Amino acid sequence: MASVTATLVESEELGLVILAAAGEWLVGAAADLDRRLRALDVPKDRRVTLDLAGIDRLDTAGAWLLLRTEHDLTARGNTVEMRNLRPSFEPLIDQVRTAGFVPPARHPRPAHHTVAGFIARIGEISLGLVARAYSILGFFGVLCLTALRLARHPRRLNMTSIVAQMEQTGVNALPIVSLLTFLIGVVIAYQGADYLRFYGLESYTVQLTGASILRELGVLLTAIILAGRSGSAFTAQIGTMRVNEEIDAMRTIGLDPVEVLVLPRLFGLVLTLPMLTLCANFMGVFGGGLMAWSQLGIGIPQFLTQLSTIAPWSFWIGMIKSPFFAVVIALIGCYEGFQVSGSAESVGRLTTLSVVEAIFLVIVIDAGFSIFFSALQI
Amino acid sequence: MPDQSDEPIIRVRNLVNRFGNETVHDGLDLEVFRGEVLGVVGASGSGKSVLLRTIIGLNRPVAGSVEVFGHNILAIGDADQREIEKHWGVLFQDGALFSSLTVAENIGVPLKEYYDMPLRLMDEIAAFKVGIVGLPEGTGEKYPSQLSGGMRKRSGLARALALDPEIVFLDEPTAGLDPIAAGEFDVLIRDLRSSLGLTVFMVTHDLDTLFAICDRVAVLVDKKIRVGTLEQLLRDNHPWIQSYFHGPRGRAALLSESQHSPKQEARLTAPL
Repeated sequence: MASVTATLVESEELGLVILAAAGEWLVGAAADLDRRLRALDVPKDRRVTLDLAGIDRLDTAGAWLLLRTEHDLTARGNTVEMRNLRPSFEPLIDQVRTAGFVPPARHPRPAHHTVAGFIARIGEISLGLVARAYSILGFFGVLCLTALRLARHPRRLNMTSIVAQMEQTGVNALPIVSLLTFLIGVVIAYQGADYLRFYGLESYTVQLTGASILRELGVLLTAIILAGRSGSAFTAQIGTMRVNEEIDAMRTIGLDPVEVLVLPRLFGLVLTLPMLTLCANFMGVFGGGLMAWSQLGIGIPQFLTQLSTIAPWSFWIGMIKSPFFAVVIALIGCYEGFQVSGSAESVGRLTTLSVVEAIFLVIVIDAGFSIFFSALQI
Repeated sequence: MPDQSDEPIIRVRNLVNRFGNETVHDGLDLEVFRGEVLGVVGASGSGKSVLLRTIIGLNRPVAGSVEVFGHNILAIGDADQREIEKHWGVLFQDGALFSSLTVAENIGVPLKEYYDMPLRLMDEIAAFKVGIVGLPEGTGEKYPSQLSGGMRKRSGLARALALDPEIVFLDEPTAGLDPIAAGEFDVLIRDLRSSLGLTVFMVTHDLDTLFAICDRVAVLVDKKIRVGTLEQLLRDNHPWIQSYFHGPRGRAALLSESQHSPKQEARLTAPL
């Protein structure tokens, strides 16, 4: 940009103000010229001549600056005349002139930057949450009805698709779920043993690890991993199909998108999440046992005896929760996918939203189960 | 009319592009001269878009050289690359506008990237660019998702023209537009060419566009290119070129172009 040189010389003779423009009036010099033109201080009601003889090169940015100067000076009551423009630049000037003096576009500024706007925004978000909950409930209803309809014609159920979903969400998630729960089991046993030793209760490490993994952490971790892994994939897949109008195409062919896209994902996840939970439980307890053996010298027979003292309900509570989590993850993932509209940007936004919502709901439901089971005194 | 010099502004030599076992270009040569409108046509899959992407440096060819403004695009430093990018504008097929920015902000992106410009001037430039490409007032405030396909293309063109480039690359500028909008787009490009002195490299399928605004046409056949004026190509014996220009659509476009002479039009009453 340093290579572009443009000049502007102001002079006065016999009451006539002459602005002589010269050089290369190109976009590279525009910022500099803009500053100098705005700093111009031409008195009112004068005759002003823009002498353009010295302009060697001109582009639309330069043309715009000339026209704007002419316009501004005229608006202040001066009589302005452009002189000595090279004929070859005339089409360019005309082009910019016809594009006209449109007021520059405003930059949309978020309304919540004012106090009133901020309060309004809180209300908007709250109402939005209610509307969203209502809408998700509606989607859940549609899902149930479609599932019921399918129950009467079970042959319409696409088994291939369900199995494919199970592979995607289940088998492919197996390594990460196993590894993470194994590590969590190790960590709990290790940390737990430290604290319990303080009270001389380190022999209860097995019970601590077993109960926390089986009852809560196994299923919760699995659900959170799947919400991040599969819930987001559901939203992105269905969302992209919406952007490509594939969903609309399905409808016109007579395929029900809920039946074709949502139910296989839902059934697949409802089947795989308990299985993954089982595996997660095993790996978590295994990790805890490994730690108990290496740190506390608890052997296999003693480990199993201790493990059996925690009620079998601990295990079943974890397992009971898993299909509910699966429904929530599939429901939110697919619902947000259908909310995608227009741009690719909304796919990204809703994918993030779907993961956050699914994890949030999983934890809320987990808390609900906690209260429920403690009321039952299990 | 801008003066048409004999020195090529783009020079492609012996270009080879291969994807897997599929050879798309095999020893392709092409020269584009300053101030001309070059239309690039060819069957689907003949590598029109690949050629465009190779010239603008988005695709690395297997062999050959590509010179733009005398610089070899394939062996260029970052500083030169930026200098060249200031002097060309690209309109992608669906506009490729940044969806999180308004149209005016989209036009501002190259200005901001290359020049330290006051925000106010940037907004002014964006505003008249919106006018130049024939978009209605107020479009600048809209987001790409709020625009129709034709408006997105015009907005994309406005962004491509933001830096007053010397070359614009257009990838199927009229595809997906209705005939009226496509016709208007042709007129727009012709006007811009004559007022801004642009060199236009245009990939197109639109025969009307070819007949209306292109000075020369490059046809991609047999992994190479044949360039010529329309008159020359109409006389070319290559079977694909024959069926392209002398098929029903080609004849129709030819017919509508010859409507300048009403006598001829009267004689050629719709032989389709």
